Amino acid sequence: MQLTASTRSAAVIVAPVGRIDHAGTEAFATALKPYLDRCRAGADALIIDMGGVDYISSVGLRALMVAAKQVETQAGRIALAALSPMVREVFEISRFDLLFTIYGSVDEALGDQGGRS
Amino acid sequence: MKVRFWGTRGSIPVALTAPEIRRKLVVALLGCVGRNLATPEAIERYIDEELGFDVRGTFGGHSSCVELDTGGAEHLIFDMGSGARPLGQSFLQRHGTGAPQTYHIFMSHVHWDHIMGFPFFAPVYIQGNRIVIHGCHAVLEQAFRRQQAAPSFPVDFSQLAATIEFDRLEPGKRHSIAGLTITPKLQRHEGDSYGYRVEAQGKCLVYTTDSEHKVGDVDERAAFIEFFRAADLVIFDAMYALADAISVKADWGHSSNIVGVELCQAARVRCLCMYHHEPAYDDQRIAQVLQETRRFEEITRDGHRLEVISAYDGLELEL
Repeated sequence: MQLTASTRSAAVIVAPVGRIDHAGTEAFATALKPYLDRCRAGADALIIDMGGVDYISSVGLRALMVAAKQVETQAGRIALAALSPMVREVFEISRFDLLFTIYGSVDEALGDQGGRS
Repeated sequence: MKVRFWGTRGSIPVALTAPEIRRKLVVALLGCVGRNLATPEAIERYIDEELGFDVRGTFGGHSSCVELDTGGAEHLIFDMGSGARPLGQSFLQRHGTGAPQTYHIFMSHVHWDHIMGFPFFAPVYIQGNRIVIHGCHAVLEQAFRRQQAAPSFPVDFSQLAATIEFDRLEPGKRHSIAGLTITPKLQRHEGDSYGYRVEAQGKCLVYTTDSEHKVGDVDERAAFIEFFRAADLVIFDAMYALADAISVKADWGHSSNIVGVELCQAARVRCLCMYHHEPAYDDQRIAQVLQETRRFEEITRDGHRLEVISAYDGLELEL
């Protein structure tokens, strides 16, 4: 699991690549943590570009839920974007689609979340 | 070996309501339009082949009770939920009242929905019957006696005609009982619960209900994978959606379909049977969960095909 980051339109975009499964979740959570810590009230929105994630397990979903809770307590903004069809299905079956703001693409997320800091 | 499900609902028994039956009738009759259903055979074929189980049947509403029929002389039962009442009637029909029988009952735990069928289990009222209640809880006997004490029930435990014994099992140890090798395992649930791995006749069944799995607990996950390893059938508490199980319903003591599939895939289990259905779900919702869970298994399959089914009252499986 790898994670890259960039800034566009007053939003921080982090893009994990690979599998967020029982083997890869710890690395994902560790790589994500500095961006979560900075995602506070008045700061740029954090958008997780899921386009490079080809598998996510229950432990990966839990890591995302923990991330969202941290951001919520900091009054920041976090959203997911560009889920592959398979990952999108996993979100729907597990009902995690009800816990997150999810956009079809990063551009769509930027249009809604970017530039509001 | 046969596995028969007599109660599959979680937490409290439920019953079909008139509006739910009416919905089934509307769907079934709408499907008849334009078909030639002039014979009983055509109608039967239409019901069996065209209607979903949630329309032509029901998952049922009795609380936990499962029979394992090994073909041996002694009877094996898991939990004494309200499904124990029709199971008791079935035993009477099969064996009558004249020939004393031995019943081994394995208790996951003693919460109300798992013991409430015992006072209605007819074999307890027949002299000569021997009933052995196995379990790992220190309060096993107390729980059974207390639920029949006044003012909760009119027949005190001491008045039951059968000979009733309590057998305290040690978790993690392999026990030989009635031709079975049975290993209890401690599970996460308020007041503790225990799953059972049963091995007999070259087959393996795991009965694991009222068990919460903490997603992310590596050691716990590894222990359950080993407990489920290569089982032919895992009867699994899949009461909640994952999002609920690890957020608003965390620490409520139950698990999800997603975790059930992941554990069974890792353990190379042959068949996952979802059990202990959420009482708030109607037949349509349980059928939807089954369909989604089969899809989840399909899209996450890693070379091992796991069969996924949903338990219902009256289901019989051959192991």
